[in-house]
Amino acid sequence: MDMSFSPDELAFRDEVREFIANNYPAELRKKTRGEMTKEEILTWHRILHKKGWVAPHWPVEYGGTGWGITQRYIWNEENARAETQPLLPFGLSMVGPVIYTFGNEEQKQRFLPRILSGDDWWCQGYSEPGSGSDLASLRTRAVREGDHYIVNGSKTWTTLAQYADWMFCLVRTDPDAKKQEGISFLLIDMNTPGITVRPIITMDGAHEVNEVFLEDVKVPAENLIGEENKGWTYAKFLLGNERSGIAGVARSKKAIERLREIARSELVDGRPLLDTEDFRGKISELEIDLSALEVTELRTLAAESKGQGPGPEASILKIKGTEVQQRITELTMEAVGNYAMVYAPRAEATGNEYVPGPEYASGRSQEYFNMRKTSIYGGSNEIQHEIIAKAVLGL
Amino acid sequence: MDFSFSEEQTLLRNSVQGFLQDKYDFDTRRKIVATPEGWRRENWQQFAELGLLAAPFPEELGGFGGAIESMIVMEEFGRHLVVEPYVETVVLAGGFLREGGSAAQKEEHIPGIIGGETVWTFAYAEPQGRYNLADLKTTAKKDGDGYTINGYKCVVVAAPWADKLIVSARTAGEQRDADGVSLFIVDKSAAGVSTRDYPTVDGRRASEITFENVKVGADALIGEEGKALPLIEKITDEAIAALSAEAIGCMKELNTATVEYCKQRKQFGVPIGKFQVLQHRMVDMFMAHEQSVSMTYMVNLKLAEGDEERTKAAAGAKVQIGKAGRYVGQQAVQLHGGMGMTDELSVGHYFKRLTMIDTQFGNVDYQLKRYSQAA
Repeated sequence: MDMSFSPDELAFRDEVREFIANNYPAELRKKTRGEMTKEEILTWHRILHKKGWVAPHWPVEYGGTGWGITQRYIWNEENARAETQPLLPFGLSMVGPVIYTFGNEEQKQRFLPRILSGDDWWCQGYSEPGSGSDLASLRTRAVREGDHYIVNGSKTWTTLAQYADWMFCLVRTDPDAKKQEGISFLLIDMNTPGITVRPIITMDGAHEVNEVFLEDVKVPAENLIGEENKGWTYAKFLLGNERSGIAGVARSKKAIERLREIARSELVDGRPLLDTEDFRGKISELEIDLSALEVTELRTLAAESKGQGPGPEASILKIKGTEVQQRITELTMEAVGNYAMVYAPRAEATGNEYVPGPEYASGRSQEYFNMRKTSIYGGSNEIQHEIIAKAVLGL
Repeated sequence: MDFSFSEEQTLLRNSVQGFLQDKYDFDTRRKIVATPEGWRRENWQQFAELGLLAAPFPEELGGFGGAIESMIVMEEFGRHLVVEPYVETVVLAGGFLREGGSAAQKEEHIPGIIGGETVWTFAYAEPQGRYNLADLKTTAKKDGDGYTINGYKCVVVAAPWADKLIVSARTAGEQRDADGVSLFIVDKSAAGVSTRDYPTVDGRRASEITFENVKVGADALIGEEGKALPLIEKITDEAIAALSAEAIGCMKELNTATVEYCKQRKQFGVPIGKFQVLQHRMVDMFMAHEQSVSMTYMVNLKLAEGDEERTKAAAGAKVQIGKAGRYVGQQAVQLHGGMGMTDELSVGHYFKRLTMIDTQFGNVDYQLKRYSQAA
């Protein structure tokens, strides 16, 4: 057992730290994703692609870096430390691994390079209005007609579909089979006639998610991943990957650091909020939760590097990771006091709105509201409890 | 021992309910909030006509009730997420005038409040002061017969709609002294008052207000110079009692909506309300609401007690509704799933309002400390 870095690993850390410091665009530093244009969201992705570091977790033959888990851990840590914009997961972490694992040679050649370069923006066509936690009950229908599928139905909570070029989509190809068995995994060009994207504004005022309507959408049969009616296997593989990245430890560390800074600036009876026993205690409690989560994640990663998992234990990372993230935003909102009431414009912003108070206070309650989504998405935390109860405890 | 409402009180509730069901459904409220003004003066007029703006005043001041009547109005306002400034104008400004105003001030100002002609708010918070009502950098210096006010007030809810302000300022002592705090009536249009307005996350409007050599007469002072802190504490406790009532209205609506949704929403072939884990969650939400109702009744019944008793009741109620509001709000969103996150459903709006109620007049931490010090 050893938790410290070797000299080689420390040298690697310095290398990536320097690269980030020299290459992360200064103009992006102060922006949140909600304030960025499509091109701005892609800027860091493209820089990393040029460097060859955009997909460290991919096998080398498809464009990965060949880094081990410790190096990948360092890489994530350094990005969080520098507060770089997180890369979008839909291509790199979701559909990419599905394509190189289950796709055919042609699909690999066609899609993987464009995921790496950022030329294709992907979105996730999983949830439907009637199928949230019970994903396998999905009803979007694909009917084979010659060398095409005709797709009808609707998807919802589709993150950033307003920018997407492609959607990976779960569709029902056999309505008579048991519900997990009649599902297929289709790649759909978002420019195909019959697709409509409608914004969903969330309670914090952001336009992040959308509804996607599919009406007689013609999808070439060559866009089917793997075998027809075996889509559930690929979908589950993808969800497993989704959960393993979801702990967000490094980003949470940075966010707690931020919280401390805010609590140092905010005053209670002339003294920093950070010096009050109760608030300090709350931050400490949060940090302890995060430390436990960090080591739990490292244990999971270490097991993974030996070819085990990510198994149902990944659900621990999802539950605890999102709880920590939510608690950070809650305490950060609390820290800014009266200025938590201020609405910082999002979806409809013109850039000229007046936002009073210290800069660090802006948008904090909205972040808290927004982060309530994390215990709902990616398999709600109730579902994650079910997974652990059944698959780990055998109940 | 009797927790039932009188016939008059039930009639009052019915009349508020009737009006709001008719004129303040969720879609209408959404439209009101989206207008440039952010509120509707004609609603205010109608509140006046229904007598709601007289609810907390005693008969000799033109009213018909007290804390319980105000509580009834606020609970119904909470159920409909009413944004109009009842707490600011009637409870706070009305309370200061009722409790601390001279006969002349009462006569001059209270009829305008009850009649719906004048809108008021209370400018008290300052950026460095957090929730401490005595942490004031704003000063009022004796100037001939009157005073000159200089300073800055932050997040003054309802200020964009207000005609008149009640401003806390230091006339003597150090920044956080209990002694030396005074209250003044200031016209928002007075020379030297400048405001910058903005929306709040719960669909209201607020302002940052700068006072630069603002001159007021001796008749602008409420109560005795330098002795206003106990009055401020008493009246903000009345505001806490009103906000508690608003909060139980919000929680009630959230719980009803959540139970309804869980009966209808099917996953894995059954309504999700059949899952025991969610049933217990909803029972906890139900209990959180019931406990909050109890604390709301308690604080509204104890507002006239001595300072210590009242402080404990108000601080205790604020802690209860802060915690319960957070729990009920978070779980209502969680149980509604993605739908609960949307701007389209009312759930998120109640959650946001409950969250901001915790912030107003001191959050759970602040009130817990206040309670411990009073106990």
